Amino acid sequence: MKISLGPVWAVAKKDLLLEVRNREIILSILVFSGLVFIIFNFAIELTTVNRDTVGPGVLWVAFIFAAILGLNRSFIIEKDGNALEGMMLSPIGRDTILAGKTLGNLLFMLTALVVLFPVFTALFNVNVLKPEIIVLAALATIGLATIGTMFAALSVNTRAREIMLPVLFLPMAVPILIAAVEGTAQITQGGSWSEAAEWFQVLGAFDIVFVIGALLTFQFLLED
Amino acid sequence: MDSSPDAGQPAADIAVVRTSGVHKAYGDAGVLTGLNLEVQRGETITIFGPNGAGKTTLLRVLGSLTKPDRGEVSINGYSLTQQAALARSTIGVVMHSSLLYGDLTARENLRFYGNLFSLSDPEDRIETLAERLNVTHRLDDKVRDLSHGLEKRVSFVRALLHRPRLLLLDEPESGLDQNTLAIFEDLLAEFRAAGGSTVLVTHSLERGLALSDRVAILSGGRIVFDDRSQNVPIEELPEIYRSFTGEVS
Repeated sequence: MKISLGPVWAVAKKDLLLEVRNREIILSILVFSGLVFIIFNFAIELTTVNRDTVGPGVLWVAFIFAAILGLNRSFIIEKDGNALEGMMLSPIGRDTILAGKTLGNLLFMLTALVVLFPVFTALFNVNVLKPEIIVLAALATIGLATIGTMFAALSVNTRAREIMLPVLFLPMAVPILIAAVEGTAQITQGGSWSEAAEWFQVLGAFDIVFVIGALLTFQFLLED
Repeated sequence: MDSSPDAGQPAADIAVVRTSGVHKAYGDAGVLTGLNLEVQRGETITIFGPNGAGKTTLLRVLGSLTKPDRGEVSINGYSLTQQAALARSTIGVVMHSSLLYGDLTARENLRFYGNLFSLSDPEDRIETLAERLNVTHRLDDKVRDLSHGLEKRVSFVRALLHRPRLLLLDEPESGLDQNTLAIFEDLLAEFRAAGGSTVLVTHSLERGLALSDRVAILSGGRIVFDDRSQNVPIEELPEIYRSFTGEVS
């Protein structure tokens, strides 16, 4: 395993350039999440009593399902013209390619969250624009982008990739989802950094495990 | 010369391609069944064979896109199992698909590939090759907006960008007009004259024979015929092909 930062950034930069052209990944995350927010806003009767506990669940479930669309899309663009094989024919390793894809997906997901947090705050009257939640969200997104990219790479060559990715990804994302929802709920209910510390630790630990796991397995994921 | 391979490497006595006992199966179907092949420096070999004979799989194995189930492959002296990255840095590939991003311009695609190969002078190299392949005027157009022939030319620029010593070409002539074909043939001749080696897969017996030093027929996952092009009269090649493959070319 030998990953150089230059090629990793080159792959991520290429994805950013494609996204600037197409606006497919971030837009699909935003539109899907926004629609789920609106649907839940009508479907659930939120009161001052339950909105701080129910709201974070809506936020993270919407985001995680929307992220699946973006993750799928990030590999579909690689199949168009077989460009993924073009990268695989270069001297950079498979692990470098997937590290670059992970970085790109992380940036897309974080960008989407920057827009979604104020929208969610306005629609649900739950303030998630707090430094503690932003750090929590960043930690959760690192883990989600890492395992999401791993499973998107695995499923891209399968016929039923739209089904395969959520089937593989969601069970692995459950610990992150639980920590993100619980941590966000604790902070929206007035909890401090120290009170939510255990959720930061859980997310940090899963990030470390997922990143190490990804670095060890990336090189095998694109084998024929 | 624009399309010339990197000078000085490899040592003249090292076979550019050496495969020994290569097996590859998809499920129960054996595609390559003990394939042995050597290609020397400066040599162009054309591989003929019916559909499903394993030609594309062979190129994918040589390009390290597909791992063989058994057997050894080395490219320019680098073992594909131990030094795949070094081997890939010496290979240029043109396949059926362009390996380009449709929503990026030709220049953006080429810059990206230049970065992946850590080229120090990608812009100059892009301009030089694009001029040689007569695509300079379309470098800033999205690949999606290019015709098949122009896209293929950009694919050739991509394949030659890093001065490879080995070209792997999978039916590069398909869908090309006479003008583009002439450019492609000139380019291949220049590449060969400069010491580059080529493995060309094609269904066109006449063109394949004319472009190569050696011709081989792949059938049932093995090389069943291999001879110098000069020993193979063009009028006899269809009959040779039929006798080894049981199919009309």
